[in-house]
Amino acid sequence: MKSTHTTIPNAPRPRWLSAVGLLGVLAMACTVWLGLWITPPDQVQGNLARLLYIHPPIATVALYWAGGVAAVGSLLYLWPRTRSLFWDRLAASAVEVGALFSALTLVTGSLWGRPVWGVWWTWDARLTSTALLLLLELGYMALRRVPADPTVRARRCAVAALLVAVDVPIVHFSVDWWQTLHQGGTILDPGFHLHVHGSMLWTLLIGFIAFSLIFVWLLGVRYRIEVLQDQVGNQELEVSLADRWSEDTVLAGVGGSSQSPPSGGAP
Amino acid sequence: MWRDALLVAGKDLRIEARSRVALWQVVPFAFLVLLLLSFAIGPDQSPLRHAAPGIFWIAVLFSTVLAVQRSVSIESGEGTRDGLRLSGIDPAGIFLGKAAAVALQLLVLQIVLWAGVTFLFDVRVHVVWLAVVASLLATVGLACAGVLYGALSAGLRVRDTLLPILVLPVLAPVLLAGSKAWEAALDGNAGSGTEWLRILIPFAVIYLVIGVVLYGPLQEAA
Repeated sequence: MKSTHTTIPNAPRPRWLSAVGLLGVLAMACTVWLGLWITPPDQVQGNLARLLYIHPPIATVALYWAGGVAAVGSLLYLWPRTRSLFWDRLAASAVEVGALFSALTLVTGSLWGRPVWGVWWTWDARLTSTALLLLLELGYMALRRVPADPTVRARRCAVAALLVAVDVPIVHFSVDWWQTLHQGGTILDPGFHLHVHGSMLWTLLIGFIAFSLIFVWLLGVRYRIEVLQDQVGNQELEVSLADRWSEDTVLAGVGGSSQSPPSGGAP
Repeated sequence: MWRDALLVAGKDLRIEARSRVALWQVVPFAFLVLLLLSFAIGPDQSPLRHAAPGIFWIAVLFSTVLAVQRSVSIESGEGTRDGLRLSGIDPAGIFLGKAAAVALQLLVLQIVLWAGVTFLFDVRVHVVWLAVVASLLATVGLACAGVLYGALSAGLRVRDTLLPILVLPVLAPVLLAGSKAWEAALDGNAGSGTEWLRILIPFAVIYLVIGVVLYGPLQEAA
């Protein structure tokens, strides 16, 4: 017997988020147009170089944007003065979107590596550390899905996210520390000298903007889903408690006495 | 903190000495991994000798998961974690104590396991100090990261399946660096082996520091 009136979960969808999504799609269309039709083929790699207009931006988002937001969000959650479920949800959303971009980094890298390196996969330091990052993110997501009280889950996940973040500098410096097959800084060398020029540079730059905007949009959308999920979880709990109380009342009525829930609705 | 760590380590080791779970379950499991991986590689001595350091560290890694699961399950009895929390013992001390107990068990396991590797694969360590230092550093890293992730999964019904997913990717650098350092120790190439200690040292330090700082919040969440 359903005794509680349930409402449809609702969380505001901010207008700026839709605008960011739209701008991201436009910037992406621009990247595709410039990358496939306007820029010339590379002198050495030919048309294969066109994949590099999306691979470094995707990797940047996966590593720095997602990793950074997850680490900062988790730190701010653990810090007593700034503790709020907002930071927990933001970090969780960043890890999940980060996992998507880490997977895309590996896929786009493999697509480029097969014709250039001759293999889909090689045990290169950066590839391996990126694969580990994806596995760590999947581990975080598995931990996140374990049912628990929101504050307990938040604290546990904040620590887990910080441990995931330990891998971020390892991925970043892997090309310098081990010097395996993956090239070092291609766009900017350690002396901050540009190695990409002309229309190729602009396309790459717009690619970075496009994927960064799409990351912000996905992060916002995922955050909203997180809020809605929490609302649904709370409603389900209230409905279950109310049902339980109504069952008790019916049984008590049969037994000749009456019982009512204490004020506040929860036993 | 150090006194608390000694107390907790003593408690865990006493329980272990009485229950002998490590002796009757973890050590045989490590030898089982050793044999199974040898079956997969084949009976030829040359590839087995080449793979010996990797097989050794894979066995140590899997045994670490079992040792950590055991370390967590010691506190899983009704109200045991609450009792430990209310005892006033410094959380950092609990972390260090539990990590020290796991590390000591892993060190004993490695000594026994290495005897098995020497017997089965007919290999000899030429640079003993390198193998010992690599083992000590790797053990500190394995124990600290393991106990930290053990605390993360403590109190969860899915703890046993979740822990390996969480901890094995984290321990991968130890597998890599430990295997390479041991490979160099077997080949008598101390120079290339010390390069790999550069991974083991920060790994051990990072997880030791993170554990000391974050074990308190984790204990409250468990």
